[in-house]
Order: sequence, then C-alpha cells, then structure tokens
Amino acid sequence: MPDVNITVDGKKLAVPAGTLLIEACKSVGIEVPSFCYYPGLSLQGACRMCLVKIEKMPKLQTACTTVVTEGMVVSTEIDEVRQARKAMLELLLANHPLDCPVCDAGGECELQDMTFSYGAAESKLIDIKNHKDEQQWSPVVYFDRPRCIMCYRCVRICGEGMDVWALGTANRGSAQLIMPNHSDYLECEECGMCIDICPVGALTSGAYRYKTRPWEMKHVGTVCTHCADGCKTTLGVRRSPTGMQIVRGDNRDKSGINGDFLCIKGRYAFDFASHDHRIQQPLIRREGRHVPASYDQAYEHIALRLKEIREQHGGHAIGVIGSTRTSNEESYLLQKFARLLLGTNNIDHHRTADFPSFAGALARKKDATASMRDVFNAPAILLIGNDPTEQHPLLAWQIRNNVRLHRARLYVVNSSPIKLRRQAASFTQIPAGSEPQLAAFLAGDDSAANALASGEITREALAALRDKLRGEPNLIIIFGSELRGSSIDSLVRFGAAISGAKFVCLGDYANSRGAADMGLYPDLLPGYVPVGSGARFHEEWGAPVPTEPGMNLLQMVDAAKAGRLKALYIVGANPVARYNLDPFALSKTFIVAHDMFLTETALLAEVILPAANAYEKSGTFTNTCGDLQLLKKAGDITTVKSDFEMLLRVADRLGFDLRQLVPFRQAERADLGQSRGAQSGEADRHAIWLEAHGLEPKLSPFDPIAMLDEIQRLVPGYDVSRVELLAGNDQHTSIEAGVASSIASQPELILPANDTLFTSGTLGRYSRTLNSVIENPRRAPADKADREVVV
Amino acid sequence: MPLSAEERREIEAEFPRYPTRRAVCIDAMKIVQRHRGWISDESLEDIAQLLEMSLDELDGVATFYNLLFRKPVGRHVVLLCDSVSCWIMGYDRLRERLCSKLGARLGETTADGRFTLLPIVCLGACDHAPAMMVDEDLHRDLDPEKAEQALENYK
Amino acid sequence: MADLVSHPDEVKVVSRRFGQGAANLDRYLELDGYKAVQKALSIGPDAVINEMKASNLRGRGGAGFPTGMKWSFVPKQAPKPKYVLCNGDESEPGTCKDRLILEHDPHSVIEGVVVAGIAVGSHTGYIYIRGEYRYLSEIMQKALADAYARGFLGKNIFGSGYDFDVYWHGGAGAYEVGEESALMESLEGKRGVPRIRPPFPAVVGLWGGPTVINNVETLASVPHIMLGGGEWYASLGTPKNGGTRLFCLSGHVAKPGVYELPLGYNLKKMIFEVGGGIRDGNKLKAVTPGGSSTPVLKADECDVGMDFDQLMKAGSMLGSGGVVVLDDTTCMVKYLQRIMMFYQHESCGWCIPCREGTDWLKKTLNRFHAGGGVEKDIGNIQYLAENMLGRTFCPLGDAAAMPAISIVKKYRNEFEDHLNGRPCPLEAKALEAVPA
Repeated sequence: MPDVNITVDGKKLAVPAGTLLIEACKSVGIEVPSFCYYPGLSLQGACRMCLVKIEKMPKLQTACTTVVTEGMVVSTEIDEVRQARKAMLELLLANHPLDCPVCDAGGECELQDMTFSYGAAESKLIDIKNHKDEQQWSPVVYFDRPRCIMCYRCVRICGEGMDVWALGTANRGSAQLIMPNHSDYLECEECGMCIDICPVGALTSGAYRYKTRPWEMKHVGTVCTHCADGCKTTLGVRRSPTGMQIVRGDNRDKSGINGDFLCIKGRYAFDFASHDHRIQQPLIRREGRHVPASYDQAYEHIALRLKEIREQHGGHAIGVIGSTRTSNEESYLLQKFARLLLGTNNIDHHRTADFPSFAGALARKKDATASMRDVFNAPAILLIGNDPTEQHPLLAWQIRNNVRLHRARLYVVNSSPIKLRRQAASFTQIPAGSEPQLAAFLAGDDSAANALASGEITREALAALRDKLRGEPNLIIIFGSELRGSSIDSLVRFGAAISGAKFVCLGDYANSRGAADMGLYPDLLPGYVPVGSGARFHEEWGAPVPTEPGMNLLQMVDAAKAGRLKALYIVGANPVARYNLDPFALSKTFIVAHDMFLTETALLAEVILPAANAYEKSGTFTNTCGDLQLLKKAGDITTVKSDFEMLLRVADRLGFDLRQLVPFRQAERADLGQSRGAQSGEADRHAIWLEAHGLEPKLSPFDPIAMLDEIQRLVPGYDVSRVELLAGNDQHTSIEAGVASSIASQPELILPANDTLFTSGTLGRYSRTLNSVIENPRRAPADKADREVVV
Repeated sequence: MPLSAEERREIEAEFPRYPTRRAVCIDAMKIVQRHRGWISDESLEDIAQLLEMSLDELDGVATFYNLLFRKPVGRHVVLLCDSVSCWIMGYDRLRERLCSKLGARLGETTADGRFTLLPIVCLGACDHAPAMMVDEDLHRDLDPEKAEQALENYK
Repeated sequence: MADLVSHPDEVKVVSRRFGQGAANLDRYLELDGYKAVQKALSIGPDAVINEMKASNLRGRGGAGFPTGMKWSFVPKQAPKPKYVLCNGDESEPGTCKDRLILEHDPHSVIEGVVVAGIAVGSHTGYIYIRGEYRYLSEIMQKALADAYARGFLGKNIFGSGYDFDVYWHGGAGAYEVGEESALMESLEGKRGVPRIRPPFPAVVGLWGGPTVINNVETLASVPHIMLGGGEWYASLGTPKNGGTRLFCLSGHVAKPGVYELPLGYNLKKMIFEVGGGIRDGNKLKAVTPGGSSTPVLKADECDVGMDFDQLMKAGSMLGSGGVVVLDDTTCMVKYLQRIMMFYQHESCGWCIPCREGTDWLKKTLNRFHAGGGVEKDIGNIQYLAENMLGRTFCPLGDAAAMPAISIVKKYRNEFEDHLNGRPCPLEAKALEAVPA
C-alpha cells in the first residue's frame, strides 16, 4: 500500500497506510501524551490525553484511535489541545491522592511526569477525595484503588498479553475499579506485568514496596539467571553493609529480547542472592565438620590435594562437573582448566537437552537456528513437546503475541493439553512418549503413525498436518527434550525440506546452551568439536590435551564408587539432588564445590568455595535459542567471589601460568585517560567501542572479556558483533559443527528440569518470593495439585 | 445452594435466542434474582460456570447494572425515582415520608426484612411524576399519602 | 394504564393506535397492522430505503441521524449475520414516549424491526427494552408470540420465503446502555461500555455483524411511512425534519402527558396551550426541551419551533423529546444538582473526563446547594463542564456538561444567592410558607 501524506504541526510526513496518528506523530519526534494507549495492546480511547486537533473536524480527536488519512492536517500543540490535556490532568488528580512522597511510583510516575509537562500546579478541588483502602491481592501484588487512573493497561497485559485474564473491571462510574479474578484476591501466573505496566502507583510489588526510592538505586540491565530464555532484567541495586543488595527487578529497559515481558522469576526471584543461608566464607571439612577458612587456606588445600592426585593417579582420576548457570567464560575456562591443567576429559554437566545431537543434525542445514526475536516474527510455528507457559515463559509470550499481533499460525503437538493450545491453529494430542515417532512420521516414515493415531487423531489427520507444515515456508520448529538423538536428526531432515525453516531446541536453566556450546562434555570441545579433532584448540592452548573421550557424569559417579575417581571438582551444580545420587558413592572422593548454598552436593565436599551468582558477575550467557547476551555485574558482595576468579586462583596455586589460561595480554594498549575523565555516559560509550575493537587493555586475567576474546576466536558460531554485544544487545550465535555422525550423543543423561513458573531448580528453594507464592493459602488447592513442585 | 432445576431450565431456555452463551448472562442473573431476591457469590459462580464465563467477568457485568443486586434485599424492593421530573414534582417529600414510615434510609432494608428502599434513576413515568416501583409494579402520580398506602399491599 | 391525554393540535401518526387496544393482534390488523411488512416484502429493499430517505425521518433517540441514510450504510454482502436492534433503553430523564408505544402499540415496533430487516437483508431482530420497564415485558412477549403464531415472524413470513426472527431482550438498569454501541455490548452480555468507532455498527455491530440500531419511536414510525409514503410523512414536519414526534411534557404544567405534534411545533404554544399552562398559576421559569441532557431555555427563549435545526439555533437540542417545564418555585442550583447526580450515577466510568468530571461536579453542587459554596465554585462548575464537553468517549459526558454550562450561564444570579453559607433561597421561602 502506498504511504499516506499528512501534516503534523506544520511538518509534512509520509507514513504507511493504516498507521495510527499517535504513532505517526511519534515517528517524527512529536510526543502525544497518553495513558491508556500502549503499543501492542488493544485500543481504549479512555484517557483522552491524546486529543489533537484535526482540520475539518469540529471536536478534538484521540490520536490513539485515529488512523491517518491522506491530506490530514493535525495540530498537537495549539492552545485548545494544551488546555484539553491540562484539564484532563486536573480531572485525574481530583480523586488521585497526592501521596507521591511515599508512593512507590514517585519519581517514575507517568502521571507525575505529565502533570509536570502539561498540568496545573494549583488544585481546584476543595471537596473530599474518594477513598478506598489498599488491598493485597497476592504475595506480590498490591492494589491501591485511589491511585488508579483506569487506563486498563493491567487488564489488557494480563488478558491479551499473558492470556491469563485475571483482571477485570467492576462497578461503574467513579466507583469503578479494577477487580482480580477472585474479587478480593488474585490467582494468576504472578508475572507482575500489571505492576510494571501501571503508569502510576496503583499496582505495587509486594517484594519492593516501601523499600527505597527509585533515585536511590543504581539500575543495572543484565540477563535473568533462571530459565533458559534469557530475558533482560533491570536490577535496582542499593548499597548495603555487605556491598550491595538487589531490591528490585523489572523490565524498564524494553530493548531486550523480552520487550515488555518478565515472569515472576525474572522480576522477583533475585532474592535468593540475599538469603540468610548463603555461604559467606570458604569451608574446609576437618574431622567431619565444615569449618571456616580463609580463601588462601582453601586454595592451598585444593591445590595440594589435586596435585597429589594428579601425580599419583593421573588426570583420568579427576572429574569436573560444570554448571548451567555460570557464564560462558566460566564454562569455557572450566573445561580448559580440566583438559589443559588437570589433564582430563572427565567433564560433564547437568544436561537438559540434547544439544550435541541438535548440532550434529544441523550439519544438514546451515544457519538454521531461530533467535528468540525470530519466534515473535515467524509466519508459522510448530511446537513439539514441552510446556513453554511453565518452562519457557518468554518463549510462550513470543509465540502467543506473534499469533495475536501477526496472525502467525501455531501448530502444537503435545501429549498434554498445554495452555498454548489456546493460540494454536491446530492442536494434536499424541500419546505420552510418542514424540520420537512423530519426528519419524514427519520425516516420512508413515509406519510411525501407528504409535500416534488414536481417537480423533487419525492417520489422515496426521498426514494432513504434515502436508500443511510442508507448505509453511519459514516455519520455526521448536522442540523439547522429548526429542533426543536420532529423533532430532529426523526432525531436522523434515525441516530441511521446508524453505527457510529454522529450529529451536529447548533446554532448561539460564546457561544450559552456553554450557553445551562451551564444551562441558567428555567427548566434545567447545563448539561441539570432538575431542579428537581439536587441532585449533591445541594450537591456541600451546600444550597437549587428552584426545580420548572422558567419562560422563554417571560414569564418573560409578568410577568414584569403585574408587577409581579420586577427585571431583564441582562448580555450581547439584548432581546429587538432580540425578538422585547415592551420597555414599562419593564418600571416598575428594570433592571441591563452588556454590552459594550448602546443597546436597556441597555438603559432601571437602572444600566449599562461596560463589557469586550471575547477578554478581560480568560475562555472557547464551539462551536456549542461541542468543548471546551480556551479563552486567549489579555489584560486589564482599564475602563471595566469582567462579572465574576462584578457578584462576586455584590454577595459580597449582603453579600454572595464567597467561596460558586467559589470554589477557594479547590486546593492544590504548590511552584511556581522556575518555575516562569525561562524564560517565561518554566514558561508557568509549569503553564499549574500545573493548569491541580489542583496544581496551586487559591488564587482568580476571577480566572475563579476555576469555570472551578466545571464545569468539575459537568457538564456531560465536563470531558475533562485539560492539552490539557490549552495548547490551542480543547477538544470535549459530551452531556450526558440521560433524553429525561422529558425535556420540547420550540421551539417557538428559534430565529435563520440569520447573514450573514458580520453581527454579535449587535456586528457587532460596527465593522467599517464589516460596511465598507456592505456599500462598489463597491459591486454589486444585491448582496447587497440578503444579507439581520439583526443587 | 446450586442452581435449581427450574432456574437452570429458565436460563437454558434463553440459549437459542443468541449466538453465544454469555449473551444470556444478564437474563440469567435476573432469573436467579427473581427466585432468590439477590445474587450471592455462590450463585454467581454457578451462573459463570453454566455460561462458560470467568467469575470476575460475570461480576463485572453484575456490578454494572442498577437492577442486579449483589447484596441481600428485603422481600419487596421499593425503587424511588429521584430524577428531575419526579424531583420537581415532590420527590423530597415522598422520600422523607417513606423513610420515616419504614424506619429505613435509602439503601437500607427495614428491620423486619419486608422492604428495601432504594433510589432509582428515571423510571420513564415523567408525565405521571412522582413515581416509584415496588417489585414489578409501577406507582405513579404519587403523594406521600398515596405512596404510604401503596406499600400496604406488600406484605 | 391507559390514562392518555390529547389535544386538537396533535397529528396522530405513531400514537394513532394508542387507546385502541392495538396490543391485541386482531385489533392491530384491523388498524392496518402488518400491511407495511407485506408492502416492504413486495417492493424490495432498495425501494424501502428510498421511501425512508424521502420521509426525512431522523432518529428519535436523541442524535437525530437520518434513518434512511443509516440503513443504506449496511453492506449488501456480509460474511457475518446482519442484525436489527431496537433501542428501547429509554432512560433520559424527562423522557417517557417509548413506554407508551410499547404499551399501546407493540406490534408497530415489531413491524418496524421487520421492515428494517427487509431493507438491510437481515434475518434477526432484537428488541432491547430497559430493565425498569419490566411491566411491559408481558405485553411485548405476548405480541411476539401472537405474531409468530400467525406466521408473521419466523420462517417464510407471509409466505414470502423470507425468514425473520424477533427476540425480546430485557436490560438491567443502565442509562449508558442507551448509547448504541454500549447497547450492543450489553446485549452480548457484557458491561455496557461503548465501543470505539469507527467501525460503525452498520459495518461491524452485534457479534461482529452489520447492525442497524434504531430507537423505538423511530421504528414505530416506519410502518406509517411505508403505508403513507415518504413524501407524506416528510410533509408533516419542517424541511429536513420529517414527520411528527412524541413530546413528553412533564413538570410544572397543568396537563402533563405525551403528545404527538408535528416537528417544528412552537414550544411556548406547547406549554401554554397543549400543556394547559403552568400549574397553580405560577410563572414559567425555564424549560429543558429534549431530555435532561439538553441545555435549558429561559422563559423568554421559549418562542421557538421544536425541531432539530431551530432548537440548535436557539442553543439547545431536540434530543429525546422530553420537555421538562419548570416554574418559578424551582431552584436552578438544585435542578442542576439533581441532573448531575443522575449523570454521575450513570457514568460508566470508562473515560477520565466523564467519570471524574461528573463526580467532581456532583460533589461541588451538593455542597454548594447545602450552603457550603464559595465564589470560585461557580466558575469552577463552568470550567469543568466546558472541559468535559466534546472530549469524552461517548456523549454521556456532553449530556452532563451541556445543562451545567447553560444553567450556570443563564442563572448565575441564583448561584450567587446561595453563596457564603446562605441556605437555598427558594427552599427557605418554602419553609416559611409551612405553618408551624
């Protein structure tokens, strides 16, 4: 369609037909104020703030509901319009309490800002304001009716955006109010989006309210450390006696892959970081008891024992277990530490998806992974297995809103009637465990239909589904851990025949994909390169590393039980709980654990090092789609250290040359004096540019960016734009293994987390907020039952 | 108390007249109200279930309309018009008399549970103002004496 | 309740059958009943719409939109079912005409709905009647049942091969629902909050289908236009204001009642001749000419023809035909306070200016009339009303603002008389008159 020409405040502009006037104005920098208008949500025309003058129309018109027409002449700054805005604010403030000094939204309130811009300071009202007492709707949501301006954003984000529909309106006129689904309490996904989207302080957060003022916080944009979707979350950080305290999480920075979205975990479950049970100092077990020690004592102890074991029994007597929640740099360093320094390929992690098979299968189809942003824009999506609403809340949001806003066609195949079926153009329920047969059927094996067909799902229906999918160019195929090994190969074979098809393999935990990409496997180097074919790594590392595959996690446990594995170095993992291991199997093994809490695994360790979590460190995370994002440190906690630092300190004690582990001297020097002296915004900008161009001197081996240099150089698919990455933008990595057949996938080791919206592995157990929601007595018992809590 | 068979039958009889079930919701609430006087939370839940609506959605509708009662009322509901034509024709005197006679203010139910006295907006009887409705019956051209007398017929 | 009034100046069209027992179908048939439907079936949709356009009939609900034009906006082909919706949510204070039509001539409304359906190619009509008219429900239900029984409704009406169903739907009390898009929401079982327009109901209406929405009186006029012809009907009124209209004369007149008079009839004459003048020999003070939302006219402004255009020129509106006459015992501050109480109560709450404005105005007026007024209140009432006017989501905000603006402007002295703790002068006078 040709563009439409309009004039706004004397400026001539051409915008696509169908554009709303408010958006057209925005495109040339003319701000038309509004409360109820919110991009991506249905139109309301309720707040009347966006009234503008359109020539030939007697009354002022709402810019949010007016579609541009050819030749339209609009005025947004004439007296009549300014007066209308001013009066609207006067009317709004009539019953709005002026409790700004104690209101959570004070300083971040759109009503304040608008009153500042357009309003009148003098109130004409001399009557008593209407009042209604505040209500607590859930452990995390409070509602203050007098502050509510009835913009209905919360109602729409909950219904249209989340498909939860827990908020509605009740009563009429000045008694009208927002009402939760149980009239005085809320039963919902507790995502808190209603709070974030509230332009005033009507909806406030149980976790944050009355804790601080917004200007007393530092706001740090980083990546959520819970599920594998990688939402950008902005942490509100305040100084505290221990260094810093995170007091709030929100998504005020909408530039992330999650746009407006955050779930309960991203928003509230940062509180594990300040849990009382957090380990505050290194512990060494002496005479059966863990006693506090200094860091130096701990490093010394670890180095002594490891050296002894390596010398007496060789590297193969040592095992390493990495984490799904440490940064890419830490995982990369850990596998390098294991292979180069300990001389072992006995390295593994808690696998939640079969990424190696996925990488192998993708040898057939280059550049075929979809980013999280792609999921929002794809014309069609096939979802096999998983329940994204519970396990991948952002992915579910992207799918849902793609369907709603772009009319994408969603095909769901699942053994349960998952919630996303409500958005699906087609929902096919197959018997539990028959997902591999589905993959085979899609790939052309008609006999596989026997295991799938039942009831309404006939062979014909399945064939029709397959035909339909084959006719969906640019289809995104998303699959859960139900598909492993050769099934993934089948699925990719099916997708390879569809033009533009892309894939997403769903793993759990914030950096599972990173752990896999960084080579936390006994048989795979970073980038899914088999240990026997790692010439370029060997060259870079400048020393021989073992080329025979090592033991996987369960084999290591067996070896420990048999007395063959003498040491186990565990970073940020709880295999004892995850794999339900017999603790006595590890009783003869020297165990080191980096952890935040005394988990079932940490309790078995001889030395425990208190670890920083993802909010307390810098580095990068890769989400399940392969989107690489920057972690920004919210601040330092004085009593803990990052895994990166602690590993290096242990390596140092082992007498290893750190330059071999971290290429920290390879960058050129640059004079930063001038830019550092400038104001901070400029300095940050300069630093990003310099770092991106390798000019920032990495004077310290403890700088994870130095490790990122090596990752970007050596790991296939990670050669993304450094400027973009460091500026906080997501960068999609690709999988470029190209060696499908040689990778031995071990599907039996894959153990999906089965987290719900309110659990998050071990971390979730230490979140007061998550627990308060799970234990909330006002949640319906039935609902509790079907949300099985796995910790 | 769940919906009675009769209530359910009356509600379901409305279904064929509309393309959606929820279109029946106002009728359904009126039916339940006719049988029980008012719409309790439990009734609301039962209706919501029958009509495949969420509870807050239905309550949002219930609280929008003047004639749907979400609180218990007396055996008879007296709706006294307080809009302009009735007001200029003597509403104030009517109200004073009824309030003192019943011993209840507007919005209240008499101690014996016989009457609930409520204000109502224009009843469309302006040509015979002032007017009031008692249950289904319209009473017009009232004065305090006639109004008082009219109430006698409602036991 | 057949205490009908009459006056020689009346031109009985819509009220022709009042008092004749026309609620009975046989009697209705004797009085030319259901001939209009048969005529519409024989001449076809285009001819029906042309006749309607020729009649200059303008909507009797308040806005006065030409009916024929409204019908012509409905697309001939539509993917979804089309509907005819009769708006019987008559709730504007001072208005009681639809009540009489529904009581005395229910079949004429049904017939109007069917003709509209034929004109736009719809097969389903709903008659939405406000919840307060519960006592009329039986009359309408019986009328519908009778019409079905004779094959006038349902499948193959009058053997024409055309199917048409008409259903009765009762409201539950909400003035806002009289707004046509809110009416559709309410019929669909939702809160009666208006919809954003465009799209207009003629294109996207009930359940997404094209929908014609007309007032009871408008539809009751349709059969007469069908039978008498558009030109005849137009000739009854003034140019561009075709036909007659039911005026609800209430308040301080000697003979209140609903009178059918040609459009353009002089207001003064209506009060003093048709209505028998002011009661108790009092003096005329002011008139609300078209329901409580219309700007008041002072006694000396009443020499005006009652049609859409002349009243507009006089600074008011024909509105819904509810003529409320006030004599000189009436306190205009209190009158405005009652009006505002109504709009505050009935505001749906959707948009800021109406929700907050009516509430603020009501509070101010309550206090002001009770003797708590201060001087700046007077300007403030006017300021608030002027800033609501034309800026609300639907016309309810205007309905509240217009009387406020006109009353403050025209009776400012009365406001000043209430200032600074003084009790209402008229109430004080009334109290003096009461013997101790």
